[in-house]
Amino acid sequence: MSAEKVIRLKVKRKDKMDSESYWEEFAIPYRPNMNVISALMEIQRNPVNTEGTQVRSVAWEYNCLEEVCGACSMRINGKVRQACSTLVEKLKQPIQLEPMETFPVERDLVVDRQRMFDALQKIKGWIPIDGTYAMGSGPLISSGEQQEAYKFSTCMTCGCCLDACPNVNSGSPFIGPQALAQTKYFNMHPTGKLTKNERLEVVIGDEGISNCGNSQNCVEVCPKDIPLTTALAELNHEANRYALWSWLKK
Amino acid sequence: MQSNSLTVDPQPVNRNIKKRFVLSRLHSLAGIVPLGIFMVEHLLTNSTALFGSEKYNEQIHLIQSIPFLPLLEIFLVAIPLIFHAGYGIYLSMISKSNIQTYKYERNRLFFFQRVTGITTLVFIIYHVWSFRLAPVFYGTEINFDLVNSHLENVFIFSFYVIGVVGAVFHFTNGIRTGLITWGVTKGPASQRIAQKICLLLFAVFGVLGVTSLFAFI
Repeated sequence: MSAEKVIRLKVKRKDKMDSESYWEEFAIPYRPNMNVISALMEIQRNPVNTEGTQVRSVAWEYNCLEEVCGACSMRINGKVRQACSTLVEKLKQPIQLEPMETFPVERDLVVDRQRMFDALQKIKGWIPIDGTYAMGSGPLISSGEQQEAYKFSTCMTCGCCLDACPNVNSGSPFIGPQALAQTKYFNMHPTGKLTKNERLEVVIGDEGISNCGNSQNCVEVCPKDIPLTTALAELNHEANRYALWSWLKK
Repeated sequence: MQSNSLTVDPQPVNRNIKKRFVLSRLHSLAGIVPLGIFMVEHLLTNSTALFGSEKYNEQIHLIQSIPFLPLLEIFLVAIPLIFHAGYGIYLSMISKSNIQTYKYERNRLFFFQRVTGITTLVFIIYHVWSFRLAPVFYGTEINFDLVNSHLENVFIFSFYVIGVVGAVFHFTNGIRTGLITWGVTKGPASQRIAQKICLLLFAVFGVLGVTSLFAFI
């Protein structure tokens, strides 16, 4: 009985960056406790579509298999999430797999998430501790602040928040919730505070927080439950003050 | 390369305020302060029709006797409105709705805010023409009877109901998002309470607006 059970998958594929997308269906043997990654591995092992044709195996990215690396984000039955932590048994079939099309699609489910790493550079996503002499130890951080910062430190640059945001698209300059939440993260660190204004310049810039439309999809889809909208609202407060003050001081 | 040293200039090099940021804050401000307050005043004025045509005509007369009224209308209503509408249309053009996939409450509100923005604009253009501009051009007097003659038409009446409810939604939901834009409600708990209060305001002003419409027929 159970040997006959199959899982049907419908994958949105693309051969090259500049070629057209197409759908391909696969049926793979069922095993208990499968996740989307193991289903894709099954296709990799035997890349034959439902028409019985041998095809190029489906390309996708993965590393950690425990929802900490952010590499396997994809749209599963429409919604963006991590393939590793998505169990096949909980999904409606055929399971529809699509790449995060907010990013440039390289091949099948593989996307180029470079814009998020560029964004981290723009917001100076680091704590400046290097000098020409020993700087000594930094100020202490209260445990309350540590707890708050910890949530933001779990961001794995997976791209779910950008993919679900209606205001991140090719027609909009928005840098996205991920980079803005990281701005809050580095700004709340006592040493990171030293470069706070430089980060706020990006926040009030053309790519910045003014593009947020408060749809709050980001916080709903975040696999790490990072309080993205809280960070955005706090940044609104900071950005308004910073913009007004720096203008009055001009 | 970016500087990675501690000896950073405490004042950033580029202190020019960015255009987009200022426009977005003015857009939020314009919607709440001149336009929102005006709409509340307007709904209250219209509600005098509930107390009879004489009371309403008296109130209209009182408003028309405000000195420099056309200037106030241009600078406190027309200009903020044109800016708010223009920038709002631009904002809705660059956003890509995805409520089919993400049926979250706030995402729906995000979508309806853009839909009601458009319906309100269409409604306001028609409404300003029929009760503010046309009377000026044709020299008709603005009073209870004029409103009555328009609203007696069932199609115009239905259009007004949709227009008023849409505008009230746009305003009250705009207060909710405005509180976030101005960094007042930061966390999810305070945002939820603000959402409930705004829903209550929507109900109050919606009922007031629609019952006032019924008072004219």
